Amino acid sequence: MTALNTVDRPTAGWQVASSALLRARELGILLAILAVFLVATAKNHAFANSHSVQQLLSGAALIALLGVGETLVIVTRNVDLSVGSVVGISAYVVGMTFKHHPGLPVLLGFVLGMAIGAFFGAINGLVVTLLRVPSLVVTLAALYIIRGIDGVIVNGITIDPGSIPKGYQQVGYRTLFGLPWLAIIVIVVVAVVGYAMRSYRAARELYAIGSNPEAAALAGIRTGRRVFTAFLVSGTLAGLAGSLFLALHAQVDVTGGNGYEFLVVAAVVVGGVAIFGGSGTVFGAALGALLLNTINQALVSSKVSPFWNDAIAGALLLSAIAFDRWLSLRVARSLRSASGAHRDV
Amino acid sequence: MSETAIKPPTVPAYRGEDAGSVALWRRALRWEAALLVVLVAVLIFGSAESSTFLSSTTFFFTGLNMGEIAIMALPLLLIVMVGEIDLSVASMLGLSGAVMGNLYQNGSSIWLAMAVALLVGALGGALNGLLIAGFGLPSIAVTIGTLTLFRGLAEIILTNPTTKLFPTSLTKIGVLPVGGTQLAYSAAIFAVLAVLCAIVLHATPVGRSLVAIGLQPEAAQFSGIRVKRITFVLYVVSGIICAFAGILFTLKNSSASYGAGTGLELTVVAVVLFGGVSIFGGRGTVVGVVLSVIIVGALQQALTQMRVQPEVQNIVTGSLLLISVIVPNAGELLGRLRARTGRR
Amino acid sequence: MSTGELTEPLLVLDGAAKSFGPVKALVDGSVTLYPGEAHALLGENGAGKSTLVKILAGVYQPDGGRLLVDGVPVSFSGPAASRNAGVSIIYQEPTLFADLTVAENIFMGRQPLGRARAIDRRRMNAEAKAVFARLGIELDSDRPARGLSVADQQLVEIAKAISLEAKVLVMDEPTAALTGVEVERLFEVMRTLREQGAAVLFISHRLEEVFASCQRVTIMRDGSFVRTDAISEIGIDDIIRSMVGRDLDSLFPKTATEPGEVVLQVSELSREGVFSNVSFEVRKGEIVALAGLVGAGRSEVARAIFGIDAHTSGSVRIHGVELPAGSPRAAMAAGIALVPEDRRQQGLVMQLGIDQNVALASLGRLSRFGLIRRADERRLALSWGQRLQLKFGRMGNAAATLSGGNQQKVVLAKWLARNPDLLIIDEPTRGIDVGTKAEVHRILDGLVAEGMAVLMISSELPEVLGMADRVLVLHEGRISVSLQREQATEDTIMRAASGLPAGEAA
Repeated sequence: MTALNTVDRPTAGWQVASSALLRARELGILLAILAVFLVATAKNHAFANSHSVQQLLSGAALIALLGVGETLVIVTRNVDLSVGSVVGISAYVVGMTFKHHPGLPVLLGFVLGMAIGAFFGAINGLVVTLLRVPSLVVTLAALYIIRGIDGVIVNGITIDPGSIPKGYQQVGYRTLFGLPWLAIIVIVVVAVVGYAMRSYRAARELYAIGSNPEAAALAGIRTGRRVFTAFLVSGTLAGLAGSLFLALHAQVDVTGGNGYEFLVVAAVVVGGVAIFGGSGTVFGAALGALLLNTINQALVSSKVSPFWNDAIAGALLLSAIAFDRWLSLRVARSLRSASGAHRDV
Repeated sequence: MSETAIKPPTVPAYRGEDAGSVALWRRALRWEAALLVVLVAVLIFGSAESSTFLSSTTFFFTGLNMGEIAIMALPLLLIVMVGEIDLSVASMLGLSGAVMGNLYQNGSSIWLAMAVALLVGALGGALNGLLIAGFGLPSIAVTIGTLTLFRGLAEIILTNPTTKLFPTSLTKIGVLPVGGTQLAYSAAIFAVLAVLCAIVLHATPVGRSLVAIGLQPEAAQFSGIRVKRITFVLYVVSGIICAFAGILFTLKNSSASYGAGTGLELTVVAVVLFGGVSIFGGRGTVVGVVLSVIIVGALQQALTQMRVQPEVQNIVTGSLLLISVIVPNAGELLGRLRARTGRR
Repeated sequence: MSTGELTEPLLVLDGAAKSFGPVKALVDGSVTLYPGEAHALLGENGAGKSTLVKILAGVYQPDGGRLLVDGVPVSFSGPAASRNAGVSIIYQEPTLFADLTVAENIFMGRQPLGRARAIDRRRMNAEAKAVFARLGIELDSDRPARGLSVADQQLVEIAKAISLEAKVLVMDEPTAALTGVEVERLFEVMRTLREQGAAVLFISHRLEEVFASCQRVTIMRDGSFVRTDAISEIGIDDIIRSMVGRDLDSLFPKTATEPGEVVLQVSELSREGVFSNVSFEVRKGEIVALAGLVGAGRSEVARAIFGIDAHTSGSVRIHGVELPAGSPRAAMAAGIALVPEDRRQQGLVMQLGIDQNVALASLGRLSRFGLIRRADERRLALSWGQRLQLKFGRMGNAAATLSGGNQQKVVLAKWLARNPDLLIIDEPTRGIDVGTKAEVHRILDGLVAEGMAVLMISSELPEVLGMADRVLVLHEGRISVSLQREQATEDTIMRAASGLPAGEAA
């Protein structure tokens, strides 16, 4: 009975390795951000001043916010490519509303943006879960349709700063304790969702679904409902990001949010979220967004041609996934030879 | 399972000459038939809305507009057939144009510039292939990475659009059809490539291997199919063909710029999926993709002639894409709903 | 020995039926479980046991029959309903979430909550530890499930069932991957559960385990109930006859042949961390069986010989010519064929037509000017279909439409069409009905009589004993013993497979 207890297990080593791996990922990104920051500051001292740092945070905020929602979706083995166009349409509709009804309270702009996002998120979620259509295709179609609707609404008219309430614009540039409002909002969202993803049953079920869909069904998890919720949250946060987009840029036209979908997926994956689901945190995703933006700003500040930005971002994403793969292969191998076993799964 | 055991041995082992139909084919052909109906509907709609729709000019411009998208759709079809994806196609188009433009602007011969562009395409494809087939990384993440990387390299290589005039003997492909026809050059090239692609996919061992890989990669490997090698080669081919599309795009516009074709990757994916190619791999035909290209192109022409905003075309593309995946699943959904209500 | 006959049954399944299209997976599934009993469910592969289990699990809804829990008729709308009724299933393949911790796997959906309905991780880990303590095992509850051995994964599944306070515990071949010590411990756990008044439905292929751990036995054949008996009142021969429904001799035809020249020579073959120093030969006209526990490395050796995985040292020679590592193409060219373990994933492309599956390994030969000749392809499939007495509707139908046995014939046809010198066949009759099983054995016997060399991997001891000329037993990646046909018995093989020293003529 106790015979097996004495058998050497690779448990301890593996566990240390794996939890360290998770923590190392977030720590690693943090260190990378720091390194980029230091190098950029060394080249141009202005990079470290408070204004520049605020810009850094504001710039990363939108992608980080979208990354939070995207993480929820990707963790369930799905993907949401429609977030960029949701940002665009929500920003424009909120701007248009303020233009036609200048007296509306500022808060309403955010509520409206989130409602628009929730609407599209719900449609995505319904089609994916009810019709069992692959999310890549559904959200790609949604990307087009939403962008098309946006174009019809915009009809060539740009919303300019003049039509947006001052109070609303302040959200985009005012600071509190040196932190931009925008960043504070996103940090709160990241903290809340990050905590929830760790500590609530429904959120853990998202991980279970992505980790092993069949087992999730056998465990009685209502997969459809959970996946729907993930899309709903992703849409809602994209809608909020649209509202913030408007506050930050104080203007919007038909191109608002164009191309964000790939930026977001890149940030999330750099942040350590497995593209095939089951693992990753929203903290990692947010840090991934911050790293990408820090590099971006550092290039600008260091007077390196900003044209390097995309190339570096792409190379970073590739190295991140390649590194993950290398690490997991290494861990698997060391596990195998450590136990001498042949029964690993 | 017990069925075969109970059957008396007198049941003939096979039924004479086989009907020769293939389940997959039949299923796919149904979608192609639907596409054909849609195409006819689009043509009727277009000619009802505009008297000039059914003209050779429309035909020429459809070919001109869709040419590069259509050409890039073919290697993507093969990649989706094996259950992978390539989102870097449009960036490769841009990169190839940038390489070609930079070289030509700096005095190299046009032919050398084009050759180097193709080589860059092969190298870029090899990078994708190495990471995906060699290293086993998820293609969606890899090609989002190379999408950004290739576009970034294009920006570095060619910061400003070229100003030096390309030889008019080559740029005429942007204005003139193939001699004696109304076929745009890029459309003609697409037609040739489509026929080649159809032969490879539907009639050769390699094509059969692609289907097997897409449906069940493990079974393919256990049948001696070199899954990794084939996947790698597909990405290299995709890189070369997209680079070629970049050359066409550049000549057509008589100028290279790093931003060429930005965002086209999604259109190419949409065209392929609307053509009935399953995103999970293993199911799809060249005919479907060709029909899809024509429908999307004709619809765009029709809407343009009706002076409908380009944004509405996005709605149409998106809706078509959505319909193409919902319709095949709708039957199953109805069955599920019926089963559920029946049980209660 | 209390059979619990005096009390009310915990669970009664009576006459359950389930069909999938034309395939009747279950015709009459019946079993009655009393509190405090361990009840064995026996039957050949394809007898309908797994379907019965999935009905109890709420995964399948039966087409007919009735199900009573505590005397009350119930119908499970899904796995959750079954779980709530006190039924827990431990599947053959553990169904864990690799990315989540052990404790979370146990308590998924029922995690203990603390303030603000947030998961109380400390309590969750403590409760997991308490369950492990009850089972007398030690396992870190806070580590991820990824990397656990199959045995440990099964323990996690059992811990899950126990934490659910399950009244009925169904174990579908839980011992297939376990070593002797681990099996002992599992029996200990079963005893504990029985003492607490639960019923255990135990499915196993190893009769000696059934005799060691169960009080009653239900036997199924071809999707139907055959008999239920107290274990003390039934003998091994009765059980086998009831399961097979015919004499064993007809199931395992064996023509005596004289082995010829060496076809396959494996020397010191190793794959780091998987198996090591495996050496053996297979000659023309003989069947060599690789036996051992699931996970002992049998399939892995086959994969390395065929080149699916590259070996790290040692060599594989066919007719004296060494094969390059990791190249199925080279292995095929040298005359090796591999009928893999997992027919549905590895053997067939399920959605492809029967003819295309048969042709898949011979496409080069069927092409001219690089184009596949469809007529030749179909002719090839038809001729092999005829030779192997394949029962099918149309050659163009997807392989998925065939029964398990006929699917296996398609895989055989695919490889025999290449006219190989060496046939490696991994679990030749897994999931096949008894009738086709005998046919497959006859086919193998015929091939060997014609001079083919066969390397057979099987978890079914009767098959190994009935078909093999020699038996190699793998234990933890090494060959622990090599037995001639006359030396091989259930006992010698099982001892070697569990890593025990050979008890002289036990």
